Amino acid sequence: MERANHQEGEAQGVRICDPPSESNPPADTLATSLSLLGNHMFPDPVERLGSTTVSRDDPANSSDVTAEEPSVDAEPPSNQLMKLETEDTETSESQPVVSAQPADRGTEDAAADNDQNDSGEFVVAMLAKAKLEEQGIGVKGRSSPLLEAGTQESPTFTSHRDEDVTADSWRQHRKHVFVLSEAGKPIYSRYGSEEALSSTMGVMMALVSFVQSSDNIIRSVYSEEHTVVFLQKGPLVLVCVSSSRQSEQQLRGELMYVYYQIISMLTQASISRIFEHKKNYDLRRLLAGSEKILDGLLNLVDSDPSFLLAAVHCLPLASSLRDSLSQILQKAITPNLVFSILIAKNQLLTIVQEKTVIEDTRLEPADVHLLLNLIGASSAFQAGEIWTPICLPLFNPDCYFYAYISYLDPPDCTVCLLLLSTDKEAFYAVAECKRKIEEAMETQNSLSLIAKAQSYSVSQVGVSDLRHFMYKPFDVPDNYRQLTQFTSPEMEAPYGSEEEKMRLLDLYRYMHSRIHSTSRPLKLIYHVAERETLLAWVTSKFELYTCFSPLVTKACAITAITKLLRWIKKEEDRLFIRYPPKYSTTPNPSKSSRGGKSDQQDSTDNGFLSLL
Amino acid sequence: MGESLPSGAQHHSDALRKPVKTLRVKMALLGSSGVGKSSLAIRFSKDQFSSTSPTVGCAYFTRMVHLSDVTFRFEIWDTAGQEKYHSITPLYYRGAHAVLLVYDISKRETFVRAQVWLKELEKQYIAGSTVIWLVGNKADLDTDRQVSTREGQSLANERGLFFMETSALSGDQVSELLLAIAHRVNECIGEQQGGLSEWQEPTLVDLRHPGRFNPFGYCCKVGP
Repeated sequence: MERANHQEGEAQGVRICDPPSESNPPADTLATSLSLLGNHMFPDPVERLGSTTVSRDDPANSSDVTAEEPSVDAEPPSNQLMKLETEDTETSESQPVVSAQPADRGTEDAAADNDQNDSGEFVVAMLAKAKLEEQGIGVKGRSSPLLEAGTQESPTFTSHRDEDVTADSWRQHRKHVFVLSEAGKPIYSRYGSEEALSSTMGVMMALVSFVQSSDNIIRSVYSEEHTVVFLQKGPLVLVCVSSSRQSEQQLRGELMYVYYQIISMLTQASISRIFEHKKNYDLRRLLAGSEKILDGLLNLVDSDPSFLLAAVHCLPLASSLRDSLSQILQKAITPNLVFSILIAKNQLLTIVQEKTVIEDTRLEPADVHLLLNLIGASSAFQAGEIWTPICLPLFNPDCYFYAYISYLDPPDCTVCLLLLSTDKEAFYAVAECKRKIEEAMETQNSLSLIAKAQSYSVSQVGVSDLRHFMYKPFDVPDNYRQLTQFTSPEMEAPYGSEEEKMRLLDLYRYMHSRIHSTSRPLKLIYHVAERETLLAWVTSKFELYTCFSPLVTKACAITAITKLLRWIKKEEDRLFIRYPPKYSTTPNPSKSSRGGKSDQQDSTDNGFLSLL
Repeated sequence: MGESLPSGAQHHSDALRKPVKTLRVKMALLGSSGVGKSSLAIRFSKDQFSSTSPTVGCAYFTRMVHLSDVTFRFEIWDTAGQEKYHSITPLYYRGAHAVLLVYDISKRETFVRAQVWLKELEKQYIAGSTVIWLVGNKADLDTDRQVSTREGQSLANERGLFFMETSALSGDQVSELLLAIAHRVNECIGEQQGGLSEWQEPTLVDLRHPGRFNPFGYCCKVGP
């Protein structure tokens, strides 16, 4: 992982980690054979098969890096202690070339070497059979993603299931995501049908098991244009093939979301049970009809910074209105109700939580993201009242909650109520809660007040040169267990178009990857990009990303941030759910707390064993 | 006007004029994914057609049906056809007074699947407590028909089911089906002691807002 260890000049590589010990993977034989595979899989316009030395001067990238200020010498805007790390241009994270982890050649023995070669040949032969030249993933040369990314594709919510996987357009998708089982069976592909991709997925599985056979785990493959990230979770293998230049860490985080969304529909326990009984089970049988939910998730991951920040965005609302909504939810309760969530325009209005449950564990932003995506991705909720089992993977990956979902303003369907109970028989009682909520909201005219609520414009901050920002406060002792939130204004001109929005998000992703780099985490980055200047700053109290017009000076930017922080402080009652209210609905504490007996029982009842 | 499937407004005035006993009828729709269960359910409850996304879990609708001597409040449980929900489907159809086994006349495998559902149902079935209908939906796709009307009818006769072909798209035979179900339920279950429970108006509003009490404030929000 250490940047400094990367061998210059190796164009292709595989990153492997050895989880139990830090013992080194077999040396270059493995790396080389896998880079050969890499080339097979992702044919490059430039034939470089077998060559391990390539000039890695990427003009776009290096100009980008040199534009970056090596240090910020201005005083920090507050008295917070700020540790500033200078960056040197040689170690830009955006360099596309990453090599294999350096191996200690001394530990390698001849027998292992032979083994590697044998299986290497086997896989190469397999690849030839699979005719991957035709089905592989390749993209014509592109310059820096920071300048260009996102221009090809705007997030649309159309299905790409029927795409021709041999077409160039298929290869040019910015980010592919595949899910397969350990037996190599395709489960999901973001673009194109899984059947048509079965040989490609077979190769992916071959890569995984090849590395596994030497007690190792494949983590990523880097080529000039693509980053391939692998994630193994139980019997599932998730693969992301991305030309977005996001960090491996970010891409793996996105794969985690995909995994969690699958878990939220099936639970981890039933997935493991199914594959324990039948290794080559076709999980698509169980995911049929849910592809849209995964498609929607991936589109959202690309277009909504909530996922990147692992924080929830709530709709700005006068605190009096938010409080009154919370009180309405707080009063409409029934035994075993655990969460009451009110959503408008796919953003959180308020959330009320069961006291004992939330003492036990906190609701993770990722679980809220999955719920929001489920509701946003399917129009199924717009008809009738929905009662469905759903698992919150970070809360408890093995158990189901029962979710009551209903829009409160048909036929517009913008305000949605979500009530989660641990009791599967509670439909009528929970539906009754909705009637109470509906009635109370009608009395208080809440719906029309909610309809007026909207995101804010950055101009309200009153700082010229400031174009956009994302501010995520961290937990402070008095609101520990509070849902992690962030606030961000509307993306306005010059980021009005989908392409420009995506470009700004890519810049933020880049800043985020620098801040959160595992090898060289940074506290503050002042980054002069071609068309804007960005400043990212993380302290013990918050994480902040700001975007300024290109002509801003460093001193100006620092003053602007001081003003911005002051503005946020002043507005925080409106921008955040400050004190998430609670209620108490547990007649019997074991019934609704995490891992309680009845929950476990539920998960057994609802397992999928009966299907086998 | 005897019996009817009222539209919203009509229903209010009718019922206000003559408050008859309202009985709850639980009805479940079962069948493969994509045969039109949700479309039928939306036809039943709102008399609209909209193409729907695959149902998540189960969708719940209500619909009032007036017969001459009784009003039924149909509580319609529209189950998801996707396999991942099969293990929990009994939760939704358990105790149903009416079950519709829906198949798509243009897809033979859905007809076969409906018979599998029937077997499943028969395990829990208590004679006389449930009326089961075999419903061939998408009758508008007559040109692509793979299951003949006769075939459906003879399966129904064989297994003691009621049978009808409908089109949720055109609305053809949908309200007829609902009325027929209401009659059958009335005949088969309504007579029995404790067969159907009475529907009580929620009294909550009454307590909190005595001045604003509207006995039909609730049902007009969930159904017509």
